[in-house]
Amino acid sequence: MSILEVKNLQVRVEEREILHGLSLTVNPGEVHAIMGPNGSGKSTLSHVIAGKPGYEVTGGEILFKGENLLEMSPDVRSSKGVFLAFQYPVEIPGVATMTFLRTALNAQRKARGESEFSTPDFLKKVRSVAASLNIPQDMLRRGVNVGFSGGEKKRNEILQMALFEPSLCILDEMDSGLDIDALRVAADGVNALRSPDRAMVVITHYQRLLNYIVPDFVHVMSKGKVVKSGGKELALELEASGYAQFEDAA
Amino acid sequence: MAAVQETVDRVRRIDVDQYRYGFETLIESDKAPKGLSEDTVRFISAKKNEPAWMLEWRLEAYRRWLTMTEPNWARVDYPKIDYQDLYYYSAPKPKKTIGSLDEIDPDILETYKKLGIPLREVEVLEGVVRPEGERRIAVDAVFDSVSVATTFQKELKQAGVIFMPISEAIREHPELVRKYLGTVVPTSDNYFATLNSAVFSDGSFVYVPPGVRCPMELSTYFRINERNTGQFERTLIIADKGAYVSYLEGCTAPQRDENQLHAAVVELVTHVDAEIKYSTVQNWYPGNSEGKGGIYNFVTKRGDCRGNNSKISWTQVETGSAITWKYPSCILRGDNSRGEFYSIAISNGHQQVDSGTKMIHLGKNTTSRIISKGIAAGVSQNTYRGLVTAHRKATGARNFTACDSLLIGDKCGAHTVPYIEAKNSSALFEHEATTSKISEDVLFYCVQRGLSQEEAVGLVVNGFVKDVLQQLPMEFAVEAQKLISISLEGSVG
Repeated sequence: MSILEVKNLQVRVEEREILHGLSLTVNPGEVHAIMGPNGSGKSTLSHVIAGKPGYEVTGGEILFKGENLLEMSPDVRSSKGVFLAFQYPVEIPGVATMTFLRTALNAQRKARGESEFSTPDFLKKVRSVAASLNIPQDMLRRGVNVGFSGGEKKRNEILQMALFEPSLCILDEMDSGLDIDALRVAADGVNALRSPDRAMVVITHYQRLLNYIVPDFVHVMSKGKVVKSGGKELALELEASGYAQFEDAA
Repeated sequence: MAAVQETVDRVRRIDVDQYRYGFETLIESDKAPKGLSEDTVRFISAKKNEPAWMLEWRLEAYRRWLTMTEPNWARVDYPKIDYQDLYYYSAPKPKKTIGSLDEIDPDILETYKKLGIPLREVEVLEGVVRPEGERRIAVDAVFDSVSVATTFQKELKQAGVIFMPISEAIREHPELVRKYLGTVVPTSDNYFATLNSAVFSDGSFVYVPPGVRCPMELSTYFRINERNTGQFERTLIIADKGAYVSYLEGCTAPQRDENQLHAAVVELVTHVDAEIKYSTVQNWYPGNSEGKGGIYNFVTKRGDCRGNNSKISWTQVETGSAITWKYPSCILRGDNSRGEFYSIAISNGHQQVDSGTKMIHLGKNTTSRIISKGIAAGVSQNTYRGLVTAHRKATGARNFTACDSLLIGDKCGAHTVPYIEAKNSSALFEHEATTSKISEDVLFYCVQRGLSQEEAVGLVVNGFVKDVLQQLPMEFAVEAQKLISISLEGSVG
């Protein structure tokens, strides 16, 4: 069964239609890249899948492992395995990163009817994942994303991805605000999480990211639709010729 | 469970003198006729077996009160109080008899559960009457606390600390009470304090002798004691030279109380090098979802740093009451003395909070610090009102104030009203204030990671108030944290 099936999705924001009949199918083990110019609806798609308020779905459907995703509240989607790595992760002052991770992980486990992690088990798990991502312990004691550099924020997103073990990871413009070294660390973290039963949707404006996270499929979005799909070579083609050719196609 | 057996044994041992401490005794006691007159004051004084000077003190306050008018400067709105329609001595009435837990309001039961209060204790708090054979167990929560208090009393006595109901202190330590009572909050201070002076029912008295560091937090005892005092509590705490005491007032079990008006007075005195840390967790009944009922909490709390190098610290977590009118203050009289005020005030539903502090710098090189966190949700109004003043001789006075307000939803209000007066040119006062709305993006981030909307609000708010929570004694910080989440339930749609 597919992990994600988006069928003819139409979405409005305040009377304006942003997505006009978008379709996308993602199977386990696959990494899909979604590329497109600013304003093509890439981030809207990621927000609608995660359930952010403020978007009105006027047509089509989204199935997650065969279930109607649009009927679930965002926290339920999360506990079922939908993870969105944010383009701009928010800061939560006064809430230690460690506390946040534990609260979130246990909330998801509780929703799935699983037992909560004990403190020692949890610490062990976090520490080993953090070490693999080069995240120092003191970062975990600081407020969530408070005073984090761009690279630290993105690594914190990947840390959560590794910890929560979602079956669908959506990475929204993961490369924005990262220098090349930070990008490499983040991409390594993501690549380590690729697995036969997990799918990823990588949203990006630039081809650069795809040198590090090599996709199985590339989709080009323009004006709220997928206008072209292909293999990883499509990204290189775009790099050479730009998005303009697709603006007309849409 | 071993603990239960131990409790039962302990209850047996103290069976003989159980009445002395009072739960049952007080339940049986009577009340004064409705309304307020000199006779009411005399009635209360007689009930307490007070000496003549105490009665005179009360009567003087009563006569003064008659000439005063109710203050109206606070940003709170409530129907006029008919002072003749109240009971002024209603030592806890027997609770309405309830047959079993099933008859308790499910909402209350749910709240207790969340606070982690064992159901046996809930039965006691809510006045469930168990069949005769089980009765001892049903009240063991109370007896347990009494026995603990008794153990404490022995230890406190060894340290020389006096800790008893103020009504007892008036009889047993009249010289101390007379020396200090009304010296921080004079009988003429304000309308509600004057009323309290005339009709106060009970409260706590603490005296820590010179050089003594009180060996424990004075808290558990009071939590029971609190239940048994009426609407007009009076507390007096004195830390003599070099003494230290930490005191926690509060009841983290929400109380349904039919008494509308609570007007308490708390006076603290620190001598040279002494320190008092006073923490409050207040969770009175806030009224129902339509704003009916709930407690009017008009409280006067003030500390006097009388000696040099002394320190008074107020920490409050205010989540209850329909109306809160409360300004725990410090008079920084001694040179180098220090005052602190840490506050979390949460208003939800129709609650109205007007709270803050006064830091009155009189001595040289006195310092004060104010950290106030106001959280408004529902259709509530939350006002911080604070006064920082340096008098002419307060050379080198310093204050730092940070007032942060957090709004949840778009129908509530947060207001900050600071008054700053520096009459000495060397005074240095800093004031910072922020008002922010709880961000949709932050909430969405949290729910994307699996938290429910309410858990997300609770988490963000607990982060917002962390600086203040850290000031509370450990075990109460945990309770306060839970309380904050509970009091904000239903605040997001």
